[in-house]
Amino acid sequence: MTATTTPETRVEADPTVPVIRIVREFDAPPERVFRAFTDPDVFVRWLGPTTMSVRLDAWEAHSGGRYRYTMLGDGGSETATFWGSFHELRSPDRLVQTQSMEGVGDGAILNTLTFEDLGDGRTRLTDQTLAESFEMRDMILSTGMADGVVAGYKKLDALLAEG
Amino acid sequence: MVTVVEDRLSRVFGALADPTRRDIVARLAVGDATVGQLAEPYDVSVQAVSKHLKVLEDAGLVTRSRDAQRRPCHLEAEVFDLMTKWIERYRRQAEERFARLDAVLADMDLPLSEPQTQQGEAS
Repeated sequence: MTATTTPETRVEADPTVPVIRIVREFDAPPERVFRAFTDPDVFVRWLGPTTMSVRLDAWEAHSGGRYRYTMLGDGGSETATFWGSFHELRSPDRLVQTQSMEGVGDGAILNTLTFEDLGDGRTRLTDQTLAESFEMRDMILSTGMADGVVAGYKKLDALLAEG
Repeated sequence: MVTVVEDRLSRVFGALADPTRRDIVARLAVGDATVGQLAEPYDVSVQAVSKHLKVLEDAGLVTRSRDAQRRPCHLEAEVFDLMTKWIERYRRQAEERFARLDAVLADMDLPLSEPQTQQGEAS
């Protein structure tokens, strides 16, 4: 793999609206990056932490479709389940979806992904998460929940224990 | 315990939502200052600045002694560290995820099929 960019992930927690913005550039054209988010076979290959696998329970990758997936830990134990709607798929530049997590009460986030063509086969991804409240946004941020890692609570405990 | 920390974090974010308070924090990062010194560059009263400081105090970002008019305000960098830690950890998690995506993208054959649909019900 030849890297023509220096990959750098930028994360911004907006102080005025309950939004988290992630920006990252990829050495692949928008069509391909878009596909990595919508093609089920590709999606499961990169989403979860290396210690987990992803089981797709439903995957209707078209505008108005739904999805549901479960993160599996050691020995296939179910760790967390996420579900929502594919609100809009507009290849190769825009993907809007909702997401909720099972078992953590009410609340849905609106996730807007934009794929900007930088030329030379490169893409800038902007991944915006809009939460219902600052409390929910800060919870996502502090637990890494949007990353599909409920284990964040364990890490949080460890962090707290550190003082 | 988790909830306590989340509340604290929410107060920190809330306190920093105001541009004047962000500016106060930026100036206190350079060194301690009295309320009067902090009020100087603004076109507002000392009382207004005191109100901002109260919000920053409640969020645990700033401490000051009882004699609030004369004694300097102090930025509690530790609270900032906490917030920086969350964001940095979140960033690191995203970066790990995207590094995996880099590898997958490099490995993907480009022929574009229509997004596939997998109809399936969870058990």
